[in-house]
Amino acid sequence: MNEALLRSLTPSVLTILVRRGADFAAAEDAVQDALVEAVRVWPADPPRDAKGWLVTVAWRKFLDSARSDASRRRREDLAGEEPAPGPTPAADDTLQLYFLCAHPSLTPSSAVALTLRAVGGLTTRQIAQAYLVPEATMAQRISRAKRTVSGIRFDQPGDVATVLRVLYLVFNEGYSGDVDLAAEAIRLTRQLAAAIDHPEVAGLLALMLLHHARRASRTAPDGSLVSLAEQDRGRWDTASIAEGIGILQAALARDRLGEFQAQAAIAALHADAPTAGETDWVQIVEWYDELARLTDSPVVRLNRAVAVGEADGPRAGLAALAELDDSLPRHAAVAAYLHERDGDLVTAARLYAQAAEKASNLAERDYLTRQAARLNARTRH
Amino acid sequence: MAKYLLLKHYRGAPAAVNDVPMDQWTPEEISAHVQYMNDFAARLEKTGEFVDGQALAPEGSWVRYDGEGRPPVTDGPFAETKDLIAGWMVIDVDSHERAVELAGELSAAPGAGGKPIHEWLEVRPFLTAAPNVTECH
Repeated sequence: MNEALLRSLTPSVLTILVRRGADFAAAEDAVQDALVEAVRVWPADPPRDAKGWLVTVAWRKFLDSARSDASRRRREDLAGEEPAPGPTPAADDTLQLYFLCAHPSLTPSSAVALTLRAVGGLTTRQIAQAYLVPEATMAQRISRAKRTVSGIRFDQPGDVATVLRVLYLVFNEGYSGDVDLAAEAIRLTRQLAAAIDHPEVAGLLALMLLHHARRASRTAPDGSLVSLAEQDRGRWDTASIAEGIGILQAALARDRLGEFQAQAAIAALHADAPTAGETDWVQIVEWYDELARLTDSPVVRLNRAVAVGEADGPRAGLAALAELDDSLPRHAAVAAYLHERDGDLVTAARLYAQAAEKASNLAERDYLTRQAARLNARTRH
Repeated sequence: MAKYLLLKHYRGAPAAVNDVPMDQWTPEEISAHVQYMNDFAARLEKTGEFVDGQALAPEGSWVRYDGEGRPPVTDGPFAETKDLIAGWMVIDVDSHERAVELAGELSAAPGAGGKPIHEWLEVRPFLTAAPNVTECH
């Protein structure tokens, strides 16, 4: 059975139910039940019209639960009609679903969970595993999220930027369990790009594809991180890079720059370099300047200092770094890197060890400790 | 079955036999250590004894309630705090002996010079759920 097909049908089945008058929370439960049923039944008895089957079963599940519900009046209104599977909903409907699941009244973690379930068609258990929380906790988070958005009209216009932030979170955070969240984020962003013509959606999709292309080379066989400069570029996924660059170029041509397009442009410049030494750092600095103008983020300025260090030498990088608050996350790590490039190994080793203490994840902590160890070993001889 | 917490300390445990800070090891020694820890957890998953393992950042803060309508008071981090937890592993085993045996293996993880660290780990039993048979025999 094709699970990808099944899950790609989730948003349109859900929006059909909502269009027919089911409230969002009940419709979403009914679609989940229908998906579970499909996984059980389809292998032995595949339907000719997958979507029609899902709509029929989900609608029946919805009516069953409405029937057993206390709200009698509502049940009688709806149970009378048993419409045939409706026409394919407009791309607009899928878009509305994204807006609802990323509604600004939701916390980021709730928006992520609701998006993965209602748009992505993942089960509560799969989502719980991906974020390492008990299934009951995730079930509560999702039902609270559904209550939060229950008063919002489905056709209310939303903000693409909130949806993009949620998809970026899915791509960037979470644990690799049964579900590949990065691949799921790409699938959902691709689906969003089909529903709305927006350069920042394209920018985010390009950014994800370009980073995903490097995934195989980002970790050594023992699980440790490999820095961009040391990655085996032969293992980068060239098809994914080509697709990302194509999407980015089309987006940039429209001259409506945003932060995701700028980030993707930086990723594209790295992807373009046959070796680390051939990286066009001057252009990368220019893109960081654009990004700093767009976001005013200190994290961007920190990354810019690294790029300046490569383009104009480590002293210039350290000068750029000196303008920034040293309590920023990863400040010590960047300082360590620049001091090493400048030949001051003792300072670099001390800063790497200090950066390791501030690391927010285990892989990064191990990486930084290893850098300190490498330099300490060199300075001992 | 009984659950035990194996606690690893940044500070507060008696000094290990092979007590060298990790940034003074060679990169290969660090790799060997990480590999040992991963293998250990994987092996306990296979035997059905692994429950959870997590590492903690060294820096945190103290927080307490400060009365109705007031934000909580925060303090720290205190450099002088005697006890600092680095991380833990929770295991579910048949006996206290087994918990001690496993803690011993974990403490043998290689460190500087590729030699076991002989680090002190704290082994703490979980308080269990109340039994259903409550009469004395």
